[in-house]
Amino acid sequence: MIFSELYSAYYNTVAAIISEIIDGRTDEKELRKLVAEKAFGESITTILPSLKSEKWQLVHKDMTTALEHKPTMPLTNLQKSWLKAISLDPRIKLFDVRFDGLEETEPLFTPDDYYIYDKYNDGDPFEDEGYIQRFRLILSAIRDGLPIKLNMTDRNGRNVFTRCVPIRLEYSEKDDKFRLITSGCHFLPTVNLAKITSCSVYHGEQEFSANQQNIHYGFVTLKIRDERNALERCMLHFAHFEKQAEKNNNNTYTVRIRYDRNDESEMVIRVLSFGPMIEVTEPEYFRELIKAKLIKQKSCGLF
Amino acid sequence: MSSYSELIKNFEKIRAYMREFYVYGFKSRDEYAGKSARSYDDERRRIESWLGKYMRFSRTPEGKNVFISVDSRVSRHNPFYKAWKAKSFTDGDITLHFIVFDILYSQEIKLTVNEIMQIIDQKYLSGFECPMMFDESTLRKKLREYCAEGIITSEKQKKRILYRRADEVNLPECLEVVDYFSEVAPCGVVGSFLLDKMPAHKEVFAFKHHYITGAMDSDVLAMLFLAMRNKSIVTVTHSMRKKDEPVRSRIIPLRIFISVQNGRQHLIAYHPELNRFKAFRVDYISAVKTEGQTPRFDELRTQLAKMQTKMWGVNIKRGRDGCEHVEHVEFSIRVERGEDYIVRRLEREKRIGKVEKTDDFTYRFSADVFDTSEMIPWIRTFICRITQLNFSNRTVENQFRRDIEEMYRLYGIEAEGDR
Repeated sequence: MIFSELYSAYYNTVAAIISEIIDGRTDEKELRKLVAEKAFGESITTILPSLKSEKWQLVHKDMTTALEHKPTMPLTNLQKSWLKAISLDPRIKLFDVRFDGLEETEPLFTPDDYYIYDKYNDGDPFEDEGYIQRFRLILSAIRDGLPIKLNMTDRNGRNVFTRCVPIRLEYSEKDDKFRLITSGCHFLPTVNLAKITSCSVYHGEQEFSANQQNIHYGFVTLKIRDERNALERCMLHFAHFEKQAEKNNNNTYTVRIRYDRNDESEMVIRVLSFGPMIEVTEPEYFRELIKAKLIKQKSCGLF
Repeated sequence: MSSYSELIKNFEKIRAYMREFYVYGFKSRDEYAGKSARSYDDERRRIESWLGKYMRFSRTPEGKNVFISVDSRVSRHNPFYKAWKAKSFTDGDITLHFIVFDILYSQEIKLTVNEIMQIIDQKYLSGFECPMMFDESTLRKKLREYCAEGIITSEKQKKRILYRRADEVNLPECLEVVDYFSEVAPCGVVGSFLLDKMPAHKEVFAFKHHYITGAMDSDVLAMLFLAMRNKSIVTVTHSMRKKDEPVRSRIIPLRIFISVQNGRQHLIAYHPELNRFKAFRVDYISAVKTEGQTPRFDELRTQLAKMQTKMWGVNIKRGRDGCEHVEHVEFSIRVERGEDYIVRRLEREKRIGKVEKTDDFTYRFSADVFDTSEMIPWIRTFICRITQLNFSNRTVENQFRRDIEEMYRLYGIEAEGDR
C-alpha cells in the first residue's frame, strides 16, 4: 500500500533531472550533485548512467529529452487520504490552512482509530483561540527570522517580560506541549508556549546575539539484566537517544546513552522505572543520584 | 545470480534488519541466525546507502557490530522514511511513467490506450538506438494501476475508454503543517512523500521524546486503518515472543494504541473464536489480509471504549464468558513542603484512577485496573517516597517489594544502612 516506486527517491530524482534538462541545464557535475542531494549514497552509480545509456529511455545520449513538460504527478489516493486524516486532528487549528479538493476523500484514519494512552494529561490548549494566535505569530516570526517580545508566567506565577529571537518550536509527544527555543535571551533559552500570555513582533532597536544555548550532553552507562523482557523494553524505551549497546557474558548487556544534562531528573526516574533490571554503572555521580532515591525510600517504612 | 542494487522489492526483510540495527545494535554478523552472510552484507550495505550518517560501527571480540544511532531530537525528519523510498522498479516502469504523464500533461487531454501507444512509439521512443517495445497490455495494466492509485482517471465514451490525468489537489500552502504532522501523525511517511513534492523551506520544528521506530510499521498500520475504516475482519500474520514460527489470527481490528513513552504500537482487536479482546504488537505483524465487513464493529468498539477506563496500557483481562478480571491498586506517597510538583506529577501522569490527599504530607493513588503489572514501571518512578502499597494482586505486590530490596543490594544500600 505504501511501498511503491511512485514515492521513490529514484523517481523524484529523475523528475528533477528532467526538469533541469528541460530548462537547458545539462552540466553533469550539477546533475550529479542533484542525485547526491535527492537520492541515496550509491545512487550516483545508477541514476545518471541508466539515463545516459538509454536503459531508461527518457534522455538521449546528447542529454536532450523528448519530454516537453517538467514532470509532475497528481496526489495519490493515499496522499489525499492522509491529508484528510490530519485535517481532522484537533491540532490542525494551530495552522492557518485550508484543505481544498478533499471533500470527497475518505480519511486514512480518524482520531477515533487510534489512542495515545500514555501522554500526560496537562498538554497545551491546542483549541484555545489565544494560544492559536500566539502559536501562529511565533511560527511566522521563526519563518521570517523576526524578533518577538513576550509576556509569560514563570513557575512562581510571576509575570515576566522579555524580547528574543524565536528559533524553533520543539514538540514533546509525551508532554503534548510545545516549547519555544530562543536565541538572544540568556535567561530564557526555552519557554513553554502555554506559559506565554501575550506576544507580538518586536520592532525596536535592540540587537540580539545569534547565540543559541548549546545542549550540554551527559553520558550514562547502564547494565541490563535480560529478565522479564527487560532488554527489549529498555532498548525501545531509550531508542530515541544516541546510544551504543554491547553484549556481555551471563545474560547482561551494557548500553551507553547520551542525554541532555538539563533532563537529568527525568533520566533518573526513567532509569528507576526499570527496577533491578537496570543498574547504573557509570558515571559515579549518576549512580549516587539513584542511590540517594533508594536511601530515602528505605526511610519510608514500606517494609 | 542477480547483482546488488540499493533498491528493494520487498520491505519485510529490510524491516527486520533495520529494527535490529537500531533497537539493539550489539549483534555481530555471525549472530544473525537464519540469515545468509550475503543477505546480511547486502542489507547492511543498503541501509548504509540510505542512512549513511546514522550508521555506526564498533569492534568487539565477536567481530564488527553495525548499528544505527539517531538522536531524534536533533534530526528534523525521521531518517527511516528513506527506506520507504527505495522500492525497485523495471526499466520499462520508469520509462513509461514519465512518458505517460508527459503525454497526459493536463486534465483536458483524454486519450485511449491505442492513441497513447502511438504517441509513445512515434514521439518518445523513436529517437533511441534500440527503442523499448511496449505492448498494449503492458500499457493498459500500467494505466489501470495508476487509476487504482488515483493519479489517472478513466471514463467510458461510447465504446472507448479514455484516460486522463486525475484532478489536482493543491498541497497546503502552509508547508509547516506537513513538516509537523509527518513526524507526529500515524503513517507520517506519507507526509514525507508530500514534502518531497514541496519546495525547500526553513525547518521550524524539533521533536523531543520522539520515537521513530514506528516508521518501519507504516504499511501494516495503514492496512489496519483501512480495515477499521471499512469495518472489516482481517487475518494477521504475526510473530510471538515464545514461538519460532509466525501464527495467523482472524480478528476484528478496533483501535491502534500508541505509546509515546516507549514507541510501541499495539493493535487492540477482538478475536471472535476466543471471544476475547487481545493486543497485538504492530511491529510483530508481517501481513494483513482484509476479509469481509462485520456488523459487530461499532458494538465492539463501544465495548472497548468502556474497558479503556480500566486499562493502564494495552492489556485487557476478560474471560471467554465475558467476565472482566479487574485488580485493585493503591499506593501512597510522601510529599514534603515545597514538593507540590509531585502532586502535579501524579495528576498529569495518571491515566486512570484517582488521587486523594490523606494527610498533610501523604497522597494516595488508587485505581481498578486489568493488569497491575503494567503500572509497575510508573509506580517505581516514585521510589524515594512510597509509604504504602496495597495491590489486590499479591504476586505483583510481593514482586515489587522484592525488586526494591534487590535494588538496595545492587547499590550497596543495605550495608550502608546497617552501619
